[in-house]
Amino acid sequence: MLKVDNVTKIWGAGTADENTAVDALTLNLEEGDFITVVGGNGSGKSTTLNAIAGTFPVDAGKIWINGIDVTKHPSYKRAKLIGRVFQDPLMGSAASLEIQENLALASRRGKRRSLRWGINKKERERYRDLLSILGLGLEDRMSDKVGLLSGGQRQALTLVMATLKAPKLLLLDEHTAALDPKTAAKVLEITETIIKKNRFTTLMVTHNMKDAISLGNRLIMMSEGKIVYEAEGGAKQRLTPGEMVDRFAMG
Amino acid sequence: MLWSVMTIGVYMSYRVMNMPDLTAEGSIVLGAAVSAVIIAQGGNPFLATLAAIPAGMTAGLVTGVLHTKLKIPGLLSGILCMIALYSINIRVMLGAANVSLLRRRTVFTGLIETGLSRNMSTLILGAVCAALAVTVVYCFYGTEIGCAVRATGNNDEMAKAQGVNTDMAKVMSLVISNGLIALSGSLICQYLGFSDIQMGIGAIVIGLASLIIGEVLFAGRTFKRALIAMVFGSLVYRFVIAMVLEAGMPATDLKLFTAITVAIALSLPNLKKKLGKSKGKLVDWQGRK
Ligand SMILES: Nc1ncnc2c1ncn2[C@@H]1O[C@H](COP(=O)(O)OP(=O)(O)OP(=O)(O)O)[C@@H](O)[C@H]1O
Ligand SMILES: [Mg+2]
Repeated sequence: MLKVDNVTKIWGAGTADENTAVDALTLNLEEGDFITVVGGNGSGKSTTLNAIAGTFPVDAGKIWINGIDVTKHPSYKRAKLIGRVFQDPLMGSAASLEIQENLALASRRGKRRSLRWGINKKERERYRDLLSILGLGLEDRMSDKVGLLSGGQRQALTLVMATLKAPKLLLLDEHTAALDPKTAAKVLEITETIIKKNRFTTLMVTHNMKDAISLGNRLIMMSEGKIVYEAEGGAKQRLTPGEMVDRFAMG
Repeated sequence: MLWSVMTIGVYMSYRVMNMPDLTAEGSIVLGAAVSAVIIAQGGNPFLATLAAIPAGMTAGLVTGVLHTKLKIPGLLSGILCMIALYSINIRVMLGAANVSLLRRRTVFTGLIETGLSRNMSTLILGAVCAALAVTVVYCFYGTEIGCAVRATGNNDEMAKAQGVNTDMAKVMSLVISNGLIALSGSLICQYLGFSDIQMGIGAIVIGLASLIIGEVLFAGRTFKRALIAMVFGSLVYRFVIAMVLEAGMPATDLKLFTAITVAIALSLPNLKKKLGKSKGKLVDWQGRK
């Protein structure tokens, strides 16, 4: 599904601050894989996800999604295949657009946009149903501007937007990190439900060891732009947060 | 009334795209020049007015390409296009700095011949054009493409993540906005009876002044309201200008007056915040204060 082949990203190449954020990284995801990614600050997790999404060109290596070489595709083209939720709750939705407009925008991801009216009655009903599953009362606020929502509500909405048009790959970058513990747990629960139900192929970055262990079928740990540890299936479930922290310390 | 079409164009770039577009100063003259020359040559005034629109759109396209494809900062792209238009406009006016429409038939002539006063004719035609501009822009922003354009102006990153070609969206926005501004220039020149290379100076500031007045006095929560507010903002601005001229201010001080007004209006929300008594009254439809 996703093939990252020897990808390298160097920030400030040729300057005094040259920094290899991702170092010849290779990673393969099968269809339906749900991988959690852990690693210290600055270990290159976000850079890896952004490289996959095409936020910037990589310095070396190739990226395939669903059998397509997307290495040279700009991010808006890759968006056809990728759903994303960012760490910053403000990043994933447009504040000045209504909730339903944001959803309508997301439902046309990867489609050619035309001069047809941007939202119709039938899809409104569908959005109402989808939002009511969240249990946040957003279904009754569909024509509210997104700017009026709280961070947790926005993150939940972004999650719906990222998965509305079934993505081939879902990228979640610490998407609950900016939320209070209770909201974070709620958003994570929604995340798990959506991923399980649709069997979305997912890469999820988190700093929460417990979540990293309990969620998904594979875990990778990054350090200095490389994968330094991997665990799968039963071995992964048997890991303990303490053990993980020790591995962190070892680098 | 005639200026309100321009204010809507300025609104499209400044508010929706979040990028003040200085091309306006050139495209308003371009619209005037194109129409004036056609009319002076004996062309149909309505066709001459329509011709201003694609001319302005082309100017917007150039700025858009400079900005998105050649990665020149937005403000600078606008300035470059504006400067280039200065030369182009003189060429359009066949080498002259102005073109007179004295005793030529303009779009207003027909209405005046029905017995209406000049001001009344201007008002009617201006209202029709403003209503058309509001409708077209409102409908455009309601479409799938328009929605993507608004999202781009609001949150570039998000738009890209939703598969929007944000460069295209920016170019499109500039194209439509400058088409409207050129149309406005065409109407203004026919009203004044001449086109002049100087008439664009400060157009962007006038547009901003009208925009701010409109938002403060008339804007509501909906997008339609915001667009209509632009029309009334332009009217109030004209009215204020007429008043200060009446009160004896020399016409040459007008630009200084407008600049100071805009500077105060733009800094007001920040000053308010500093004083800690923001009453949330200046919230526009984008939720910005
Ligand atoms: N846009 C950028 N320009 C320059 N350097 C960058 C940029 N983005 C990231 N870096 C650098 O790349 C390295 C990896 O950063 P990255 O954001 O990928 O880390 P991370 O693993 O996501 O960390 P965190 O857990 O703090 O989010 C860091 O040293 C960072 O300073
Ligand atoms: Mg990060």
